Amino acid sequence: MRTQLQSKNMGTPLATKESPPKKPTRRNFLRTLVFASAYTATFVAAWLRPIQLLAAEWNKVAFDAKVLADAVKSIGGTSAIESDQILLKAPEIAENGAIVPVEITSKIPGTQTIYIVADKNPQPLVAIFDIAAGLEPFIATRIKMGESSKVRVLVKAAGKFYVATQEVKVTIGGCGG
Amino acid sequence: MADAMKIRAKLQGDMADVKVLMFHPMETGLRKDPVTGDVIPLHFIQRVVATHNGKTVMDAQWSQAVSKNPFINFHIRGAKPGDKVAVNWEDNKGEKASIETTLS
Repeated sequence: MRTQLQSKNMGTPLATKESPPKKPTRRNFLRTLVFASAYTATFVAAWLRPIQLLAAEWNKVAFDAKVLADAVKSIGGTSAIESDQILLKAPEIAENGAIVPVEITSKIPGTQTIYIVADKNPQPLVAIFDIAAGLEPFIATRIKMGESSKVRVLVKAAGKFYVATQEVKVTIGGCGG
Repeated sequence: MADAMKIRAKLQGDMADVKVLMFHPMETGLRKDPVTGDVIPLHFIQRVVATHNGKTVMDAQWSQAVSKNPFINFHIRGAKPGDKVAVNWEDNKGEKASIETTLS
């Protein structure tokens, strides 16, 4: 801070002036107390948060992301590897963007999570499916697409991300109306 | 809600083919009421959990971009007659619904 100030206000005596040392007045003591308790509160909040998250909260950050890169980044899939072991079935032309059937089969061993993303939707992330033991890594559902774009499926398996895409041409968008 | 959802589960060997239909508007918050012109607020299913004999097999988080009256199809391994398959959902307004079926 000091060096920045000096370089910005070259020649002015501003940076060289020392503020007088604080006297141990009641006001100063109270001010310190308030700051200290605020500090502690922040730490306690940060410490409590992971415990709440264990209940697998709805991923607001990822779902609120407005552009593809942010959505993919917030689920941790930026470095996803293209894989032909993800079978993605979606129509090449969807007449109605409000109902686009999507079928996903992952042949990647240890598939934990399947993410469905519509690249150009107002919020690209559509759904997250956590696959527990006992479920085949297969999901079929129907999604809305605002305009023609790629449908992107990310698969998280053994901590790594894989991706498959398919272009879907939408004749009538399905988000507004 | 009596008719909040429908479930159909078919055993194929030791695999259960489960199809679920949920009756929900899945409003995107972008649509306008055609009469009043007011924006229809966001209203969508956020959470869907499927269980097999009480054990969670699928835990899904959804956005408003899942189609209206959502449909899902999934396959449960190691299923046998008499097993119970249940699906629960909860939307962004805290409304909930669940349905259960017994495999035969």
